[in-house]
Amino acid sequence: MGEIITYPAFWIVAALSIGIPVVFLAGARFLAVRLAGRSQGAAAAAAEGIVITVPRVRSPWKVLRDLVLIGVMATGTAIILVRFMFGLGAVTNLSDRFPLGFWIGFDVMSGVALAAGGFVMAATVHIFRIHRFEPLVRPAILTAFLGYLLVIAALLVDLGRPYNVWRPLVHWQYHSVLWEVGVCVATYTTVLFFEFLPVILERVNRIEAITKRLPTVAFYRWLKKVSIVFIILGVVLSTLHQSSLGSLWVIVPQKLHPLWYSLYLPVFFWMSAVAVGFAMTIVESNLSSRAFKRGLEQPLLAELGQIASVVLAVYLVARVADITARGAWPRAFEPTLQAASFWVEMIAGVVVPIILFAVPSLRRNPKVLFAGASLVVAFGVALNRLNVSWIGLLSYTGNIYSPSWMELVVTVTLLGFGVLAFYLAAKYLPVFPEEGAHKAQE
Amino acid sequence: MDDLEKARISRRDFLKSLGLGAAAAAAASVLPGAAAQAAEETAGATWGMLVDLTRCTGCNSCALACKEANGLPQIPGKVPTALDADTYTFVEAFQVANLRGEIVTRYVKRQCMHCLEAACVSACPAAAMHSSGEGPIIYRASRCLGCRYCEVACPFGIPRFNWDNSITPKINKCWMCYERLKEGEEPACVSACPTGAIRFGRREDLLVQAHARIASHPDRYIDHVLGESEVGGTSVLYLSDVPFDRLGFPANLPQVAPPKQTEKILYKLPYVIFGMAAFMTGTALYTHRKPAATVPVEADAATETPDKEA
Repeated sequence: MGEIITYPAFWIVAALSIGIPVVFLAGARFLAVRLAGRSQGAAAAAAEGIVITVPRVRSPWKVLRDLVLIGVMATGTAIILVRFMFGLGAVTNLSDRFPLGFWIGFDVMSGVALAAGGFVMAATVHIFRIHRFEPLVRPAILTAFLGYLLVIAALLVDLGRPYNVWRPLVHWQYHSVLWEVGVCVATYTTVLFFEFLPVILERVNRIEAITKRLPTVAFYRWLKKVSIVFIILGVVLSTLHQSSLGSLWVIVPQKLHPLWYSLYLPVFFWMSAVAVGFAMTIVESNLSSRAFKRGLEQPLLAELGQIASVVLAVYLVARVADITARGAWPRAFEPTLQAASFWVEMIAGVVVPIILFAVPSLRRNPKVLFAGASLVVAFGVALNRLNVSWIGLLSYTGNIYSPSWMELVVTVTLLGFGVLAFYLAAKYLPVFPEEGAHKAQE
Repeated sequence: MDDLEKARISRRDFLKSLGLGAAAAAAASVLPGAAAQAAEETAGATWGMLVDLTRCTGCNSCALACKEANGLPQIPGKVPTALDADTYTFVEAFQVANLRGEIVTRYVKRQCMHCLEAACVSACPAAAMHSSGEGPIIYRASRCLGCRYCEVACPFGIPRFNWDNSITPKINKCWMCYERLKEGEEPACVSACPTGAIRFGRREDLLVQAHARIASHPDRYIDHVLGESEVGGTSVLYLSDVPFDRLGFPANLPQVAPPKQTEKILYKLPYVIFGMAAFMTGTALYTHRKPAATVPVEADAATETPDKEA
């Protein structure tokens, strides 16, 4: 890093990277205000010259927070540009002995898992037709869609030759797990786009006109009619690649710690993805209710927690049975980082949430429900993916990899762009149901 | 290239299995067998190298000849001491105890093992890592995504990536001088070896030779040809008088080729695809039905999800 500072190019990059997020944020703001101005309710207000969406007075605390966020995201953008100028070695701690790191282990592996809410909720409502969960579907699909875009963004930063990313679609390598994951992620992201498209079209149709002759209106109706096809396709594709992210590590029997290495890794990855699909929906609903100061469908969320507890219980039994069958339990009681991480993952991420979700009096408490879901997200799944792709491999490679600060900043930056995109989409597109429709107004 | 032909045939089988739901089960159960059979048939006829560690004097001629033949950058007056993006092979020195407990110096030439069922080839999502079908595993940069999953998959930790290259990094490893092989020559390292520690030939002949050496000098060699069965067999074979795990070879190498495991899982996917699709479609048909009459689903779906604009 020291010598990089002496390159003039670095300073150009630094200037650019502060510029890009600022332009992006300003552009988003401009677009947002414009969209708000054109929306039905705001039309009259805008005509009077009143912009309702922009709060006039901002607390210094919030201004500081935004400045820090912009600073981090500018730094992250700079690091991404440095990576494309000087190579992966300049910004990551990766090496030939540890070639896949935090960007794959967290951004891609956890990213895909945490986006599972999209297929889980879509199947619950549109295939199993449990209609009362309908208000939760659109936010879940939006989370999934943006999640997959983030996964792809992280992947493009991490790939050595990102311009070849399309090749798996052309050179079929059905014996390669990574090929299957790549093809499914590409296809499913497209499917998610079509699942989310009606939301955009509703907005476009409402803005653009009163006239129903717009081609988008016909397209919207057609999309609605065939939506079930996309949903079934989405479930199949998700099942395939959620599980295959586990199969990725089946090829390293001698490298991955026996607490995780199993031929059933794909099954565990799929089960935990389904569980975290429900948990992530709870977390995301809580966060957006805070951000948008809207009501929460608390009984619905509690019910999701209850379903998640069943899935988690099955998952727990399967994991325990697998470790028992392979005789790996002694390895869980060694004084190693792997054993410690295993217990944190299983206790905090699986056992505790099962209890919190299964006891009715506990799950009815919104804070407990939120805590339980967060535990599943953070420990049950994110830590599990990191254990498989990072910590579980350290027992073979030795302690030769931990992410550099630059890798972490890039991850935070990508997440920041994702949250920002979610915020803007949720604010200006009909993602959430109209308040009055489902519960009393606040 | 009958190997390529077989690959095509099994691919056709797979595509067929994707296309025909009913035939999926049959095709999927046949596939792993077909792949294994193909590997078995070609294994004997492939090229290989036999490295006899008791004959190596550590002169580094092989490593330098490799650099020369492959046009890899060299540091004048220095011999390579590790595999890196510019080094396909090098000689590693060990001070180790042999079976009689004496401390001896042994030199181990390291390079790609050219597995018969290579994990890197199986792992590669774009066929950049490619089995020539004649033993050498070759790398085709133009197809490479730079995903480095081959590095993860390799049981010997061989491939090397250009970490300092901005957007055209490559995976670098020995390719058994495949270009020279096609012209009827030996790999450069073999030609350069002054002691005959490296032999080149058909893998099955080399195995016979190796076992003959062990048989004629049972006091000299340990009774194990490394690469004969490890990870399903490798084209590069080693003979030694010192246990291999003292010479930096991975201790717990699986006897089964790693791709076998993942392929076992992958070839189950047709069942998953059709099973999941059938279950979801069935459920959707059931939940979308009209209680009284039998109505086509499409029409039903349209009325069930009314257009918000309407």
